[in-house]
Amino acid sequence: MMNLKDLAGKIGIGGLLRKAGVHKIIEATGQVPVIPGLLLLAFVICAIFAKWIAPHDPLFNQLKHALLPPFWMEGGTSAYLLGTDHLGRDILSRLIGGATISLEVAFIVVALAGIIGIAAALLSGYLGGWVDALLMRICDIFMSMPYLIVAIVLVAVLGPSRTNIIITLVVLGWAGYARILRGEVLRIKQGDFIQLAVLAGCSKTRIMLRHIFPNIVNPFIIMATLQLGNVIIAEASLSFLGLGVPPPYPAWGSMAAEGRNYIFESWWLCVWPGLAIMLVVLSCNLLGDWLRVHLDPKFRQL
Amino acid sequence: MQRYILKRLVQSALSLLAVTVIVFMLVRLSGDPAVLMAPPDAAPAEIQEMRVKMGLTKPIYIQYGNFIADIARGNFGQSFKWDKPCLDVWMERFPNTMLLAGAAMFFTLLIGLPVGILSAVKVDSWFDRFGKIFALMGQSLPVFWVGLMLMIIFAVFLGWLPTSGMGSWKHLLMPAFTLGWAFMAAITRLTRSSMLDALDHDYIKMARIKGVSKYGVVMKHAFKNALIPIITMGALNFVFMLNGTVITETVFNWPGIGRLVVEAIFARDFPLVQCCVLIGAFFFIFVNLFVDILYAYIDPRIRYS
Repeated sequence: MMNLKDLAGKIGIGGLLRKAGVHKIIEATGQVPVIPGLLLLAFVICAIFAKWIAPHDPLFNQLKHALLPPFWMEGGTSAYLLGTDHLGRDILSRLIGGATISLEVAFIVVALAGIIGIAAALLSGYLGGWVDALLMRICDIFMSMPYLIVAIVLVAVLGPSRTNIIITLVVLGWAGYARILRGEVLRIKQGDFIQLAVLAGCSKTRIMLRHIFPNIVNPFIIMATLQLGNVIIAEASLSFLGLGVPPPYPAWGSMAAEGRNYIFESWWLCVWPGLAIMLVVLSCNLLGDWLRVHLDPKFRQL
Repeated sequence: MQRYILKRLVQSALSLLAVTVIVFMLVRLSGDPAVLMAPPDAAPAEIQEMRVKMGLTKPIYIQYGNFIADIARGNFGQSFKWDKPCLDVWMERFPNTMLLAGAAMFFTLLIGLPVGILSAVKVDSWFDRFGKIFALMGQSLPVFWVGLMLMIIFAVFLGWLPTSGMGSWKHLLMPAFTLGWAFMAAITRLTRSSMLDALDHDYIKMARIKGVSKYGVVMKHAFKNALIPIITMGALNFVFMLNGTVITETVFNWPGIGRLVVEAIFARDFPLVQCCVLIGAFFFIFVNLFVDILYAYIDPRIRYS
């Protein structure tokens, strides 16, 4: 005879879900940071397809619609979901447009700084000797400089533009990759397969590119994900100070800075851009932490 | 040990030299330094006069030599905007930044230390997880936004605190917390990990067996031993704070060094910018050196690596 518990188990929701294998999915995805991943995906899609996604032109101003509140507040309309700024521009569209700038700067900076850093790490770690000494001293110098102040001065002297922000952040960013990846190269260099490659007569370039490089890709990806967030914050901070992509283009930092003047009557001007930065950066950090645990065997036990 | 200290001293000297070269080059790369250094409304004759006065007609290595000699004498040039020697302007603003950074440090330790200790004592509890999220937030939030949000909540909606400026202790609360939060993450994580380290030792078990109270074990036996890295990190963070006040001071209109740099940049007052950057970098490099030597003194493994 079937007792009640079995019956409940058979027809109950838990049972149904279990039959559908949902617990397996949850088990598998419970470890994966789904929400940060989706948020980043949304960010990238917004950034790439900004033109088609944005409901309005982010640069189009209409003073008669200036400082409209978000749609749920009195006076807000569903035409401008998150309200409008002091020039009557749609904030949602500007946020989406700002995503393009943030993603572009962050991606290019991380890629360029990464390439320089990887090259320096390979040369320094594998060749050793005076190359190592020289490159690491240069790294020390770059890493011992106060980041934000030097960035501000560099951008101020070069003149605020997208290219100059990228140059500045690459100049200040590559040393971090070089330093950490060099340690990895030193560790990999001890491996038997490198000795064998040397015996087989591989050139130094070939060993560095074909044998060592593939092994430092994982640590690089982890660092790059974590750095993505930092670069976005650095870019936003420069924009906030008025040293970012020049107006009227919508950078998240400059949107917050503009909003500061209207903080008493229209608080939402400052809230949205910061919220966007927070979500993206938090996602990068969570995803980076997760990657660190899953891509790097050293951390698997922790 | 002496060899290590010597090595680090040479390294720091090189870093200092590099910073001066970079600043020196920057001013020259960006066009005519005389135009940059002259007041924005200078006539061509005045600019020519400036060129001669700055020695720009001399060979570049002599220019650099003079530049270094001037710095060594504490002569950072004249600020146009304030019409005073740059160093004097800097000295006037510095106490304000010290006050802000000091208060921020106070917040950091006041919250960071207890959260770190409790997280270590109750590993993997809800409190530990909360501490982790709190620290992660501090790292993921842009400083200017934290400042603006505090402003909206406490100044605009609640009306408890003044929005910006300097004056009573009430003016200090929001900027200090804003600046402190970004550094809280580092202190919390460090406190947690060094407490976990300290709690793992045999003498902790011994103390427990002897019947020392829980508070005594945690605070007297473990925390005291976990304190060394925390103090060094704290000192280092304090200097980072001095250098990291740019955003906070801009948001809250706090008349310190960070605000000064931004004001100087927008007034194109380059002698003053140069002065602030050089002094900031000197501080930074010096404290890094000090902390490294202190670490090597405490942990012999570093000396031989």
